[in-house]
Amino acid sequence: MRHDPAPGRRFRRMPRRRLLTAAAALPAAALLPGCSDDRRRPSGGRITLRFQSLAWQQDSLKANKQLVAEWNRQHPDVRVQYVQGAWPTVHDQLLTSFEGGEAPDIIHDASDDLADFAYGGDLADLTPLLPPRLRRDIPQRSWQTATFNGRIHGIPFLQEPRVLIANRTELHRSGVRIPTPEHPWTWREFEEAAQRLTRGTTYGVAWPLKEPVSATLNLSLSTGGQIFHRHRDGKVEVRFDAVDQAVPRTIHDQVNVDRSASRTTLGMGGSDTLPGFFAGRYAMVPLGFSYRQQIAQQAPKGFDWTVLPAPRGTALDQGVSPQTLSIAEDCPYKEEAMAFIDFLLSPPNMVRLALGDWLLPMGQQALKDPALRTDRYDWATGTALAGSLRSAPAQSVRGYPEWKDKIATPGLQEYYSGAIGLTALRKRLVEDGNLVLARYQR
Amino acid sequence: MSAGERTGDSRRGDTRRGEGRGGTPRRYAPARRAATRTGQYAALLGYLVFLAFPFLWLLSTAFKPPRELGSMHPTWVPEAPTLENFRQAFAQQPLSVAAANSLLAAAVSALLAILLATPMAYALARFRNRLSRAATGWVVISQAFPLVLVIIPLFLILKGLHLVDSRIGLIMVYVVWSLPFALWMLTGYVRAVPRELEEAAAVDGAGRFRTLVSVTAPLLAPGIVATALFAFITAWNEFFFALVLLKSPEKQTLPVVLTHFLGAEGVADLGPLAAAALLATLPSLLLFAVIQRRITGGMLAGAVKN
Repeated sequence: MRHDPAPGRRFRRMPRRRLLTAAAALPAAALLPGCSDDRRRPSGGRITLRFQSLAWQQDSLKANKQLVAEWNRQHPDVRVQYVQGAWPTVHDQLLTSFEGGEAPDIIHDASDDLADFAYGGDLADLTPLLPPRLRRDIPQRSWQTATFNGRIHGIPFLQEPRVLIANRTELHRSGVRIPTPEHPWTWREFEEAAQRLTRGTTYGVAWPLKEPVSATLNLSLSTGGQIFHRHRDGKVEVRFDAVDQAVPRTIHDQVNVDRSASRTTLGMGGSDTLPGFFAGRYAMVPLGFSYRQQIAQQAPKGFDWTVLPAPRGTALDQGVSPQTLSIAEDCPYKEEAMAFIDFLLSPPNMVRLALGDWLLPMGQQALKDPALRTDRYDWATGTALAGSLRSAPAQSVRGYPEWKDKIATPGLQEYYSGAIGLTALRKRLVEDGNLVLARYQR
Repeated sequence: MSAGERTGDSRRGDTRRGEGRGGTPRRYAPARRAATRTGQYAALLGYLVFLAFPFLWLLSTAFKPPRELGSMHPTWVPEAPTLENFRQAFAQQPLSVAAANSLLAAAVSALLAILLATPMAYALARFRNRLSRAATGWVVISQAFPLVLVIIPLFLILKGLHLVDSRIGLIMVYVVWSLPFALWMLTGYVRAVPRELEEAAAVDGAGRFRTLVSVTAPLLAPGIVATALFAFITAWNEFFFALVLLKSPEKQTLPVVLTHFLGAEGVADLGPLAAAALLATLPSLLLFAVIQRRITGGMLAGAVKN
């Protein structure tokens, strides 16, 4: 939405630059007339907002594009341009866009990616802009996932609990109790179930832990594990106490002691474990809720699968990093951008977005929708878990990405594979980890 | 040297290698030769299979229905081949537009790189002094800069020139990015052209430019084709600049659009992704197939110094 200065004025200000540009661009300009333009230039009072979406699945793309089209039909003066982003590259792309002052106006991202942009002043403070309806509709604990220094920099709208996708035939055969969201397994019961499900070439569970940190941290919330502890002065310290160790120790023991978990899947991503799951090599796979779509598409005919809640410790809580919508600080039309977000996140539209991505909406009204409470594809199981989802422990910790990549990922991978013990892991996570965090907290 | 002479030399050489200490030919020499040759062919075949594996796997995956993608025992040939992945890929993302953008950016940047690099390479090859040696060194060093080091300054420069989110801006970047390598390649080819030919042209009254256009350039044709092809492929496959510099959906290039089939934490819409990636690979393969003889000639031309 930057207004171009009058042509004459611009020419007077930087004739040399224009000359160089023209000279350099001349050969290509001959071939590409009119390729460069500024689509956000106001014409006839109409403004254009760029909405960068990370929707990628067919249904999700369709829902997003339809909603943008509906908005544009209803609001001819505030046009929204749909821009496709991608999850693997969004951080680098936003980083350069912010540095260059060319960021999209409305930004779709995950809450755990927002900290650096929020602290860096790239994202607008949404606190004064939030419509009361939206503020009430999303639970208070969920706002914490996108709140930095007391300011809201993102609106959480979709979230994904980690669940156990299980082979129902194997579950029935083993005779284990089938857990429900009201009566989930304890971690002890889960270990016992995995042992009973292990027979012949079938493992009770396959942990896809190519990226072990967020899974470990988020599941550890159920045993009271925090790992990151914030002091009154705002500084964060890494600890790895008994409650933090419970979940990692369970996974380690399943792989190395009970042998009820497959060692080979430790280096795999979630999708990589599905062929083995369909072939009966693993009875249960802890995965994100949205993996149901891949399973529904790829499972062999007659393969009977079900969704179980993740085990509980002292609570059923688990950490999540919801998908968020933010507004760039540079956007001069923040109120219009917020109006679009409000439209996109109205209860019926939030349901459409959730169904498209096979995720849970954050809005309480949307969660009540019958389409999300059906037994088909176990939507009801996920919806029942929504109340137990909390802000991921590392959500707003500066330096977390470096701690994760340099310290925690290799440390946990070595621990889970049995290469190092708990003492060595603790030393790395805490001692080396606090040195890393200290650099960000000077 | 004729082919027959070469064969004769070769035979003599083989015979000598097959002789025992007393100069008596060993009886097992032909068998050993055959075994060596079989081994060479086996190694070559193994190498070809190794090289072709990703492409063949891509080809196979692109035609598999979702249930075969999730199979524990994947087959090379899809049991129920389908074009559904291609249909979905085109329905989900603007692949045709992206392919046209990539083609435009790659073709124009390769052409411009060659137009700029040819006279520069000629100057570097023919006028050898401290300055040209320093320039050559700088060209080589500039290849070592990582992308992340240059992307933000580059972004700011292009923004100042109003060339962010512009195909022209991207093409300029591609030209600048491929120029050092093109220059380095072409310098080798120019050096392979005998100076005597240019001196003869000078004696006949041709100036530097005329000599370059009429005498040197035709001899450089294979090298120019090879260099242009590498510049084309570099731009065709380039991802990071296109990701950062282009914002408008209708301007995005194919490698950027391919990432739109990926979700968070490495989840992928594998069928459509494979179909789209296969389409993205084909132009490079076709180009290589059509002009591979010229490329080989061009590469060899630069390899020998007269």
